[in-house]
Amino acid sequence: MFRWFHRFGSAPFVYRAAGAVAPWLAGGCAIALLAGLWLGLVVAPADYEQGDSYRIIYVHVPAAWMSMFVYTVMALSSAVFLIWRLKLADVVASASAPIGAAFTFIALVTGSLWGKPTWGTWWVWDGRLTSELLLLFLYLGYMALRGAFEQPRTAEKAAAMLAVIGIVNIPVIHFSVEWWNTLHQPATITKIDKPSMHISMLRPLLLMVLAFQLLYFANLAVRVRSGLLRREARSSWVAELAAKASGGTGHAASGDTATDHG
Amino acid sequence: MSGDFPRVVARDLRVSVRSAGQWLNPLVFFVIVVTLFPLGIGPAPAMLARIAPGVLWISALLAMLLSFERLFANDHRDGTLEQWVLADAPLSLVVLGKVTAHWILSGLPLVLLSPLLGVLLQLPFEALPTLIVSLTLGTLTLALIGAIGAALTVGVNHGSVLLSLLVLPLTVPVLIFGSSAVTAAAEGFAAGAQLSLMAAMLAAALALAPWTTAASLRVTVASDG
Repeated sequence: MFRWFHRFGSAPFVYRAAGAVAPWLAGGCAIALLAGLWLGLVVAPADYEQGDSYRIIYVHVPAAWMSMFVYTVMALSSAVFLIWRLKLADVVASASAPIGAAFTFIALVTGSLWGKPTWGTWWVWDGRLTSELLLLFLYLGYMALRGAFEQPRTAEKAAAMLAVIGIVNIPVIHFSVEWWNTLHQPATITKIDKPSMHISMLRPLLLMVLAFQLLYFANLAVRVRSGLLRREARSSWVAELAAKASGGTGHAASGDTATDHG
Repeated sequence: MSGDFPRVVARDLRVSVRSAGQWLNPLVFFVIVVTLFPLGIGPAPAMLARIAPGVLWISALLAMLLSFERLFANDHRDGTLEQWVLADAPLSLVVLGKVTAHWILSGLPLVLLSPLLGVLLQLPFEALPTLIVSLTLGTLTLALIGAIGAALTVGVNHGSVLLSLLVLPLTVPVLIFGSSAVTAAAEGFAAGAQLSLMAAMLAAALALAPWTTAASLRVTVASDG
């Protein structure tokens, strides 16, 4: 088992593995996306209360879940990096940050667009919306901290610490709907018993969640590859790759130790 | 070992008291911001009384945010901080000492002045004790949380803006419950629930922040990379 784990310490191995896996993830994402959008936008019936405007749920809810999922991945891999000094973990964390920030932004914007016809307002300062906004600040703070140091090694460790510290925001967002009396709809899926959403509406939602997950992992694979290249720019395997890419006559990439800008 | 904590507190107090800007700035800022609100929004007493808890709490939070950068800046500039990180004394204890001294000079004056400012903002008399208690608990918690941000941004150019951004999400629960406690007291309700939660947040910060700050200092100061 440890041999399998140790392989992830080898940057060339991860580079090749991510490159092999990325097309499959992207393909799966495309299929799930098409199926989910078809079932959600065309096949699923209109809501008895909201009519057709509820269909934005198929983008809003998966984006919101992903915003929290990605932050958890970021925090866990930051913890792995701090504890076991696994370089790949830090690359995963820094690659995930902009993706997570994008998901958070999409969740906020689509939620706002949904809120206007249904609640009558673009924004309301309740527990869940406020916590999601703060999550966006956490992502931005992480990316800002990474870029603030001249020494890349210091930047990595400081940002990793920040990611681990901010993990307390995630349970606050999840439970905020129970803790504060808000306009927001209470959780419909995470209960163990029958979800209170009809199966014809639930199926496309789960498909869209799967699509967004695959989207994240496909993006992550590509970003991890480029992150590894940048991090290991001075090493021999990168030099070989660069030589091969330029037809065997090029020079090794002159490693610029600029911090990874996510 | 047991004399380290008082020694750190005493040293920091002595150093900070000598430069008046260290401790006077947050206090003056607090007063100025509180004064600006009636000037900007209008002096109608009923409205002022309604927004007084929030105004007082936000001003206190901003004043504390302003002061965090000063926590480690001086020591970092002359190399003392590096010596602290390398020294025998447990770094979390040193951090706790510095945070205590920082609170005595930056947080305690705010707490002591807040009843006066509360009266200026037409805050009902019965809310003043709750104001003092909530601000005491809150500024202590904020000082501990701010230390983490200060440790992460020590030595960064223009670090105070980044510090505020980093520290803000963690300070929001303190602000929400603190202001809610004072609002409840102003309306005649009991604020026990909010104050208990604030005490819990302080306990959590006391347990976790010094250790986290020490770990962050070891990352940003000791340049082993």
